[in-house]
Amino acid sequence: MTGMSTIEIGALHKSFGRLEVLRGIDLTVEAGEVVCVIGPSGSGKSTLLRCVNLLEEPSAGSIRVAGVEVTDPDCDIDAVRRGVGMVFQQFNLFGHLTVRENVTIAQRRVLKRGRAEANRIAQENLDRVGLADKADSYPAQLSGGQQQRVAIARALAMDPQLMLFDEPTSALDPELVGEVLAVMRGLAAEGMTMLVVTHEMAFAREVASRVVFMDGGVIVEAGPPAQVFGSPREERTREFLHRVLEPTRVSETEIGAHLTE
Amino acid sequence: MTSVKLTPRRRRRLVRVAGYIVFAAAILAVVAAADWGRLSDAFFRSDVAASMFPEAITIALRNTIVYTLLAFVFGLTVGLGLALMRLSSILPYRWFATAYIELFRGLPALLVLFMVGYGVPLAFPDREIPGGVYGSVTVGLGLTAAAYMAETLRAGIQAVPKGQLEAARTLGMSHPRAMVSIVLPQAFRIVIPPLTNEIILLTKDTSLVYVLGVTTTTIELTKFAGDTLNTRVNPTPLVVAGLLYLVITLPLSQLVRGLERRAGREK
Repeated sequence: MTGMSTIEIGALHKSFGRLEVLRGIDLTVEAGEVVCVIGPSGSGKSTLLRCVNLLEEPSAGSIRVAGVEVTDPDCDIDAVRRGVGMVFQQFNLFGHLTVRENVTIAQRRVLKRGRAEANRIAQENLDRVGLADKADSYPAQLSGGQQQRVAIARALAMDPQLMLFDEPTSALDPELVGEVLAVMRGLAAEGMTMLVVTHEMAFAREVASRVVFMDGGVIVEAGPPAQVFGSPREERTREFLHRVLEPTRVSETEIGAHLTE
Repeated sequence: MTSVKLTPRRRRRLVRVAGYIVFAAAILAVVAAADWGRLSDAFFRSDVAASMFPEAITIALRNTIVYTLLAFVFGLTVGLGLALMRLSSILPYRWFATAYIELFRGLPALLVLFMVGYGVPLAFPDREIPGGVYGSVTVGLGLTAAAYMAETLRAGIQAVPKGQLEAARTLGMSHPRAMVSIVLPQAFRIVIPPLTNEIILLTKDTSLVYVLGVTTTTIELTKFAGDTLNTRVNPTPLVVAGLLYLVITLPLSQLVRGLERRAGREK
């Protein structure tokens, strides 16, 4: 597999009806890289991520995951997805199953692992995210942060070669964000290839190998975090970072308000 | 106590007490107006009631339950198929399911029962529905029940958040596998209360089975009560039958409550 990028996206377009959400995206993610995608709401970040494992059908362009062209109609998408873990903003744990069953069901039904093996791997991965003692709980009995960590363990149990994170901390109470980011930082340190859509700028700055800034369905700017955060080249990037990193210093004239008169 | 100005709290209490009194008075008025002597002679004759047993339970109640369960299982199976067809991406499936549901929801259960009981033998003279009356009842009541249950199940499936299916597909499950392992179990939990209502309605619809011509071994509660009423010239059997229906339906309501509590814990 050497010389083959984990993700290769070329000229990707995606429209919902007349609304063009992605307007020509080119992006490559190498094995072991952590790429963080930032940008305002509606910029197409999540759609880009969801195109990678075909949760959204691209309108045009090509996406290769580990060398497999997923937009090919003959592509066995289920096989590709087995190797691509995904973590959602809303966790999407299976509410009718215990934590252990959440982490074992796809191992058993998709990978056809035996019960004992699946349980062992589930336990290992729950231990990895610090929730080994919650195996018999139901998702509803866990905090949001714990649920998201279970969701990460559920994805890891499939031995993915790539993990997609779709705003994994956006639905969490502020004090629960840290525990999820800690798990993700650990994964990055272990060398997991990760594509992360996030609003956590501190995480992106610290952990990402590369940061991609998207706006209006295109990649405006991409580069090492020190460059994108430290000396952004594009005006649009500067404006976005200013608003996100210094929300209390957004001036009234900037937004066209007239409050002090 | 003359002309005490009412505080809001006292006023609320007074209104509530008045509510109780009006309610009790209304019930007492109805009870007092009824002629209990004639009523008990007509509807509560213990000798007539006693003559119905044990057949009322060993045959009539038993058959009522059997008919209900058969029609329910048939209806649930067909209904699930229809629900999945309605949600299918294949257009003719959706057409068929929609037409079926609209048709069978619009027809009286009695009419469908008739058509199955007498129409099917005419249409297929060489074949018959296996199981005799039991088979005809299963199909005759089940076809109607399927239409209702299809809509209930469709609503249940659609009530499962889309993210559940996405998460399952992301883990590499095929669409059918994700439906069976992830979506349908949660959909069924959601529709347990309306499905139980459907059982209760079916239980009562078994009273229509007489149109198929039941015998002493295939008789159900209402027909059994009616026959006894005719031979004894006394309506007590109706009360007995009514109580026996409640023996079936009241525990069902309890069951639903228990299941809902359990589902609530896991949500």
